[in-house]
Amino acid sequence: MTASALPPALVLIAAGILLPMLSGRLRPTLLLLAPLLTLYLIWQVPDGVAARHAYLGYELVLVKGDALSRLFATVFAIMAFAGGLFALNQRRVIELAAAFCYAGAAIGVTFAGDWLTVFIFWELMAIASTLIIWSVGPSAYGAGLRYAAIHLLGGVLLMAGIVGEIASTGSTAFDKLTLDSVPRGLILAAFLLNAGAWPLSAWLPDAYPESSWSGMVFLSAFTTKTAVFVLLRTFPGTELLIYVGLFMVFYGIIYAILENDMRRILAYSIVNQVGFMVVGIGIGTEMALNGAAAHAFTHIIYKALLLMSAGSVLYMTERRKCTDLGGLFRTMPFTAICGIVGALSISSFPLTSGFVSKSMISEAAGKEHLAVVWYLLAAASAGVFLHAGIKFPWFVFFQKDSGLRPAEPPWNMRMAMAFFAVLCIGIGVAPQALYALLPFGVDYIPYTASHVVFYLQLLLFSGLAFFLMLNLLKRTLTITLDVDWLYRRAGVSLAKSFDRLAGRGWSGIATWTTGGASAVGRAARYYHGPEGILARSLPTGAMAFWAAIMLVIYLALFYL
Amino acid sequence: MDDHWLTRDSTIRLLWIVFAIALAGTVLMDLVVHHHPYFGLDGTFGFGAWFGFASCVLLILAAKALGWMLKRPDTYYDS
Repeated sequence: MTASALPPALVLIAAGILLPMLSGRLRPTLLLLAPLLTLYLIWQVPDGVAARHAYLGYELVLVKGDALSRLFATVFAIMAFAGGLFALNQRRVIELAAAFCYAGAAIGVTFAGDWLTVFIFWELMAIASTLIIWSVGPSAYGAGLRYAAIHLLGGVLLMAGIVGEIASTGSTAFDKLTLDSVPRGLILAAFLLNAGAWPLSAWLPDAYPESSWSGMVFLSAFTTKTAVFVLLRTFPGTELLIYVGLFMVFYGIIYAILENDMRRILAYSIVNQVGFMVVGIGIGTEMALNGAAAHAFTHIIYKALLLMSAGSVLYMTERRKCTDLGGLFRTMPFTAICGIVGALSISSFPLTSGFVSKSMISEAAGKEHLAVVWYLLAAASAGVFLHAGIKFPWFVFFQKDSGLRPAEPPWNMRMAMAFFAVLCIGIGVAPQALYALLPFGVDYIPYTASHVVFYLQLLLFSGLAFFLMLNLLKRTLTITLDVDWLYRRAGVSLAKSFDRLAGRGWSGIATWTTGGASAVGRAARYYHGPEGILARSLPTGAMAFWAAIMLVIYLALFYL
Repeated sequence: MDDHWLTRDSTIRLLWIVFAIALAGTVLMDLVVHHHPYFGLDGTFGFGAWFGFASCVLLILAAKALGWMLKRPDTYYDS
């Protein structure tokens, strides 16, 4: 193994393990330098297999590079850097350690060349991300446990699928699959679970918002986008994904419209945005796959920016509900402006990063003459502006005056936001650098007059609809039931009533058997006990008496 | 008292006027910009405007209907 083939993933994982042992200035230094070193190593990975390792008779391909791996690994490393900068004031070092192991594992998946390596890093991600949630303390134990349970289920599905795949094909190569066998179906199900696809999507808005102000910034980036990466790698052009993705897109919008917690709004909008990428993967043309990959790249940056903005509000005010917030633009103008840049990017406003990536997916649907898909994506683009683009900044920073006058967050948090805000606009203004990183050659010009006018109309009139219907959008102290109701309520009451029923049955059996057993005991005691008829010791006088009686009877019978 | 310039009635009225001009401007751009519709409906005048507006109205109403069935107090799972 040469130095250039040192798996980039291991640098971040090692940094994560080292972090708790460092103190003072060393910790922030490592937080900022490890992602940069990782980024350097990512760009040293050549095309093809760079590191392999024999293990239990299989060959683990730890590093195998191509354009798609480098694209995702690059944005993951950038995310780890900005996340580390944002989280410098996080006192719970376990969260930072877990976050770096988590980011490293995500990079490990992007360079994995065989199924076993994918699985190892996949499970490491599940464990590390659960620790990020649990690091908050008792308030997050329940949500973290539900999160872990769902992801362990995903791990079981993936393992079963991989075992079946290797047994039936004999190949461990992590490569493109056609959906034509049960094991491959299990693999797809495991990937979709991590992407936040319905019906097992509720873990995302359930668990992520319970993490700390910095934790959710990390969580938003890796699990779902690694799922997008593996889907791009293994199931491009699988038609089923178009429908799954469209469902995710609208599910995210509608639940986000009803939501009151600012970070749950953003959690639902992760599902919504990943839905766009899944649709692109389902369409499967070069333009669509480029669009999905580019959108994953830009999404990680603007979603992290939105969550940094929300995290700053949470850090400064310790409030997370829209009903408690509002009017913060007065004292947090910088945080508000960064939040608005993120919000415009997620809405794919011209001159922001979302515009140059998402419009590729729509364009690909149009080019393939998928009319229904194209119209639904256009409606969804309008809906994104509604549920995230305006709703988040409006209810947090404007709306009413909540009376809160928090200061801006510390300098490092502002720097991290500024860095990502500049990236959002930079990519939007000059998309060529991003396009050069995409897996296929790009033959697409985002800034035509027709595109720009169409998106401006779509978004501005969505804005009009938002303000005209503001009365219907007023926030209330409510949540909206989701599929997780089945395991948080129905399952629990089912288990409780089963417990009651079984308890009653058990105590019935116990009463009956102990009753029966003690009756046997009582009877034995009655007949054979010290006073029992059959155990009485008879005096000799009584025997003489009975012998005399017998003799009398005998004599009487003799004389008769 | 709250008298930030952004919250004054005069500012809000001005913002609405600017917004209305922007709305009208983007629709009028359809007179000069040549679109390349893929299907048919997407070539109609001001398609982005009316389609975006109608989509949002439908999405809000759909959300309201779903909320009517599935909304619960946010302490629902705490009890």
